[in-house]
Amino acid sequence: MGTLILQDGTVIKGNSKGAIGGYEGEIVFNTSMAGYQEILTDPSYAKQIIVMTYPEIGNYGINDTDFEADKPNLVAMIAKNFCAHESHYKSKKNITYYFKENNIIALDNIDTRSLVRKIREFGTMSAFITSNDVDEDFIKQKIKQIQKFKTNSTLLNEVTCKKKYKYNSTGKIKLAFLDYGAKQGIIQALAKRDCAVTVFPADSTAQEILDRGYDAVFLSNGPGDPADYKYQIEEIKKMMGKIPIFGICLGYQLLALASGAQTYKLKYGHRGANHPVINLENNKVMMTSQNHGYAVKTDTLAKYVRPTYKNLNDDTLEGFEISSMDVYAVQFHPEAKPGPTDASIIFDEWTNLMKRNLKNVKEVEYEKQSS
Amino acid sequence: MKNKALKKILVIGSGPIVIGQAAEFDYAGVQACRALSEEKIEVVLVNSNPATIMTDEKIASKVYIEPLTVECLSEIIKKERPQGLIATLGGQTALNLACELDKTGILKEYDVKILGTDIDSIKKAEDRELFKNLMQEINEPVPESEIVSTYDDALKFKERIGFPIIIRPAFTLGGSGGGIARNEEEYDLIVHTGLAQSPINQVLVEKSIAGFKEIEYEVIRDKNDTCITICNMENIDPIGIHTGDSFVVAPSQTLTNNEFQMLRSSAVKIIRALKIEGGCNVQFALDTVSNQYYVIEVNPRVSRSSALASKATGYPIAKISTKIAIGYTLDEIKNSITGTTAAFEPALDYVVVKIPKWPFDKFSSGDRILGTKMKATGEIMAIGRTFNSAFKKAVTSLEERFCGLLNRGFEKLENNELLKELSIQDDRRIFRLAQALFNGNDVDMLHQITKIDNWFIEKIKEIVDFSIALTKEILDKDLYLKAKEMGFLDEEIIKLTNASKETLESFNTEVSFKIVDTCACEFSAKTPYFYSAYGEKCELENYKDEAKENIVVLGSGPIRIGQGIEFDYCSVHASMELTNQGFEAVMINSNPETLSTDFDIATRLYFEPMNIENVVNIIKKEKPKGVLVQFGGQTAINLAEKLDALGIKILGTSLNSINAVEDRNVFEKLLEELNIPQPKGVAVKSIPEALSAAKELNYPVLVRPSYVIGGRGMQVVYNDDELLTYIKEAFKFSNEHPVLIDQYLEGQEVELDAVTDGHDILIPGICEHIERAGVHSGDSMSIYPSQNISRKNEKILVNYATKIARRLNIKGLMNIQFIIKDDKVYVIEVNPRASRTVPIMSKVTGIDMVEIAIRAILGKSIRRAGYGVGLYKKSNLVSVKMPVFSWQKLNRIDPALAPEMKSTGEVLGIEKTYKKALYKAFLAGGYKFSSSKQRVLVSLNDHCKQQALPMVKRLFKQGFFIMATWGTHKFLEKNAIPSKMIEKFMIDKLQKRMKDGRLSFIINTPTTGKNSQNAGFQIRTIAQIYGVPSFTSIDTASAFLKAYKVFDKKTPLEYDTITNYRKKKFLDFIR
Repeated sequence: MGTLILQDGTVIKGNSKGAIGGYEGEIVFNTSMAGYQEILTDPSYAKQIIVMTYPEIGNYGINDTDFEADKPNLVAMIAKNFCAHESHYKSKKNITYYFKENNIIALDNIDTRSLVRKIREFGTMSAFITSNDVDEDFIKQKIKQIQKFKTNSTLLNEVTCKKKYKYNSTGKIKLAFLDYGAKQGIIQALAKRDCAVTVFPADSTAQEILDRGYDAVFLSNGPGDPADYKYQIEEIKKMMGKIPIFGICLGYQLLALASGAQTYKLKYGHRGANHPVINLENNKVMMTSQNHGYAVKTDTLAKYVRPTYKNLNDDTLEGFEISSMDVYAVQFHPEAKPGPTDASIIFDEWTNLMKRNLKNVKEVEYEKQSS
Repeated sequence: MKNKALKKILVIGSGPIVIGQAAEFDYAGVQACRALSEEKIEVVLVNSNPATIMTDEKIASKVYIEPLTVECLSEIIKKERPQGLIATLGGQTALNLACELDKTGILKEYDVKILGTDIDSIKKAEDRELFKNLMQEINEPVPESEIVSTYDDALKFKERIGFPIIIRPAFTLGGSGGGIARNEEEYDLIVHTGLAQSPINQVLVEKSIAGFKEIEYEVIRDKNDTCITICNMENIDPIGIHTGDSFVVAPSQTLTNNEFQMLRSSAVKIIRALKIEGGCNVQFALDTVSNQYYVIEVNPRVSRSSALASKATGYPIAKISTKIAIGYTLDEIKNSITGTTAAFEPALDYVVVKIPKWPFDKFSSGDRILGTKMKATGEIMAIGRTFNSAFKKAVTSLEERFCGLLNRGFEKLENNELLKELSIQDDRRIFRLAQALFNGNDVDMLHQITKIDNWFIEKIKEIVDFSIALTKEILDKDLYLKAKEMGFLDEEIIKLTNASKETLESFNTEVSFKIVDTCACEFSAKTPYFYSAYGEKCELENYKDEAKENIVVLGSGPIRIGQGIEFDYCSVHASMELTNQGFEAVMINSNPETLSTDFDIATRLYFEPMNIENVVNIIKKEKPKGVLVQFGGQTAINLAEKLDALGIKILGTSLNSINAVEDRNVFEKLLEELNIPQPKGVAVKSIPEALSAAKELNYPVLVRPSYVIGGRGMQVVYNDDELLTYIKEAFKFSNEHPVLIDQYLEGQEVELDAVTDGHDILIPGICEHIERAGVHSGDSMSIYPSQNISRKNEKILVNYATKIARRLNIKGLMNIQFIIKDDKVYVIEVNPRASRTVPIMSKVTGIDMVEIAIRAILGKSIRRAGYGVGLYKKSNLVSVKMPVFSWQKLNRIDPALAPEMKSTGEVLGIEKTYKKALYKAFLAGGYKFSSSKQRVLVSLNDHCKQQALPMVKRLFKQGFFIMATWGTHKFLEKNAIPSKMIEKFMIDKLQKRMKDGRLSFIINTPTTGKNSQNAGFQIRTIAQIYGVPSFTSIDTASAFLKAYKVFDKKTPLEYDTITNYRKKKFLDFIR
């Protein structure tokens, strides 16, 4: 019997199906009905406890191909039921086995719907989750402790790559990719569209990127509060206007902050595969995959920043561009994984923009030598 | 934005309920009409089906209950001048009609726009060749196939591809006429049948991919090219069984995100390529060991699947499709459950399981094998927090005698025999599978045999294993809770554990109700609906107005023969009137196809099995003022006794009165006391008792079980042998109740529906059946107002009805059936509940019977309803109800009319005179009239030869050429009617005649019973295949000849709204 303790004092018991131990984290919910393997390995979930609203999780097991990162970064997963007998030709292992292998706490047989309702009404909470049955004293002490839970800028160190590496070096577009905890799906989507992606750690400087003559810079998704990442914001500022910059999710939020806008924490975030986003230019609606707890305040955007997308559920800003500086960014995840692939056209649009800026061959050659 | 030019729109309904096209289109049509009314658009509705809610004058501004023919619709278009036409909500029928109307040029001539999806798109999706080409253009894989119009071409394809091959006829509903052929013989039969049934004589022959996963997507697109998928669904049965006959789960369970999105993207690509505006259904086959998939089918309209998807998610597909059709884009429309945008994809936090309801319990001789041709008459849906609970609840919802997966008779089989039978794909396979798991067989091996995904087999194994555990372990609170979470009923737990009811109660385990809110709790919901769960927090408190009293309406469960859409009409009306009267209406039902389970019909909807435990659980939470059992057919009535025993108040007619009419002895005494004649009869509990009863009454006698739907197991028998054959079946249907043996009176059958407050009675009208007694009232044609009943007898009918109503203190609706023989009136049946004819009577007389019934039940006097008391004045219109059958879908079932009901739906012909109404009824029923008179085959049994003589004379006089079998020929010869004698049924020759259209119809009165070897049965069966009418009652044949006369005289028909037909009376009077 495992235990979940919430910041508001709620204590919920469930069956422990994962690793042994206990962790603090922020509790959030995801409404995707398929794609738990992608969610498990999305680095943006670092330090979070994910409640899956769909009740049957683990049905098709864990396979070798649907990972978004080498390892999971979330703390725990909660569901109504983790599947005991998975079935799929690609499956390599049972999900509970994966939990144990990767030190993830997992609880099931939980009234996830009531839990989600609590989160919806209270807002995102911090929580403590353990595989153990714990006593009253422990709970009292933990509640006090988790009130203080807060991530900080060091979170990026945990999810970024340790050193620079290349992906698809034969691509025509030379792209510098800042890894704030990137999903593989983004890198793959870019590589598929003829990008030679050089992936940089999150603490890389603007200078080292600008010096090497890339066609564009790409800022990845990632976990945490964007306002914590002062260093990254400063480095982005240094690049703006000098090279085209594209951003997704955290990358988008950092670009907004760098352009002088403000971000704020959403009550319970957007996490799921069914978020309607309207293109403000042609009024077409796309179903998008989303995973973010913070949003950009529309009314703090500078005059030269043009909003491009809006969420139809709560009217929050979902995209902007600064054409004068060749900056383009969206809050949602065009790479999907999991979720509908409607928005993948954004990668087409962006890589077409990047192609416009292709440097001459000589510089490309230089880049090859220098790496 | 909305197209403001649209002021008046024509909506075409789907016609009579047949297998493959059922209540889902009433649900869709009503949603459409309501959506249009919301926009202040005038709706002109045309549908021949009088039992529907959409043909209610409250739903559309102008209601035409008229035949769904090109001629009729053209006239209505000329008269009404609508600016637009919506054809995508009335099933295949409406779609085909729209295509035909377009072809005639009338739409262009009168400037009627096809709204939503246009004709070109419809054609591209429906025409196999165009569709295949389009799929190739956009690079979407379809299985290797070819369109053929001749058997020779089909053979060439076979040479190339090899068996098995799937055959799908073009433009038929529910895949009728199709099938899978595994050898030349089957191929020959199915291809020929398919070619004959396709209106364009085309079939698609296709490489079979049986065994692939079958996945469906419901997609919506607007004019701005925004596309969303509402839901995907996975068939538990792999490809090979029609999706309407499959166990289905939503959302898909065994697909990875990549597979889910691959198919979603394909569905979106297809709907874009087809330029559909509105809802669309795309079916895929997905390989179980690779990414390979095929597009199987696209339906460019709302469908049974979209109704299911709507109910499974809370997303009203038909409503949104309608808004799109009149010009809105998705982002401009609101999701009525949450108030957020309709441009989103629902997220589920529960699992939905659908199980079809087949008519095989009724047609025991029928072919139960399932394939590409749909056979189910209805379906049920269950919602649970886990697959196991949803699945268990779904099985409970079937309303069968056993609620569990085991002990279905297969425990008697040796294991190897069971495994052999397991490869049979029929309606009982899932129960064989459960038994095989109980026997300890390996999951992989069972997968090899059934091709059902291991995931589902493992889940069923969990349930089976748990029921084994229940028999072994000591039942404590935890184990009990686990059982409840898994969906076990107390009844089953008690059986398995031998625990007492008190023990279970001592655990104090409370049920909770969760909500369907389209968004997995992400947003707060305004109008959700409920399903039960255990061990979780109840959400009901947030949605119940404690200051208001509520009343529970019990629905009628799945559509089946004998219990159809008419009870949904009654339940919906009851619910609406309760709300009008200031109550909260609480609806309980398990049927996803119907309007009663739409999210905003009742104040609160519970999607639960119509089982006593589930119903009582709801009642305990709701604490209603009382429960209404008289609107939900036999399903609801059957719960009355158990509810009453638990001290739950039944509103309206009391349980004692209900029992008084069902209990033969009590009923007999009652009629005696009231001095009302009845056929003599005896209730028997054993076979010897039955034999002596029959002897006493004299053959022929009528054998019937009590407390059953639609005359199940009912039969007229002429001797001891026949009695012995039927009595066993009758006992089986009766359960613990006795079987009734009645004297059979072959007279005029008369029927009336009444609404009463226990003192006064209002009878909107009296109907007279065309077929003499012995044909189930649901299968006989019936005329309103009665044409052949004397004033004197009318008075007697009213008098009897009043006496019965008062004596039993009936409150609400009541239906009485009479026989008039030798000018004497007998009462044969009293139903203290809504009947099949309530919607018809309400419409033809303009008296909303359910509304008045509700008021009477709530204590208001009938006198205050404003229609007076006694028999209401006759309308000047004449209406003829005509039953419609689904023979083409069901193999090996004798289409002979009998006391047991066989029809699935009905149409109504309305006109100013009886003859014209009769003609319209046949037209609406799909009968073809032709000025080139062909041959008619006549074969009469000895019993009715004399009675048939006038009819045969008329047949000859009307210019038909008579072919007769030996006995009939001799008989006609004697009576100077020329006929050509044919050898004792030269089946092949006749078949060829039918195929070539050289046989107009068949009159064949059956010899005894259900013997499938007899030639008459064979001829009738072949006639079904070729759509040649075969009449087994002389009376129906006579009526058909009368209708033919109207056709021959070229008498012009009028088409008008039901409202005007009723009003005409006054106009005619003034004239």
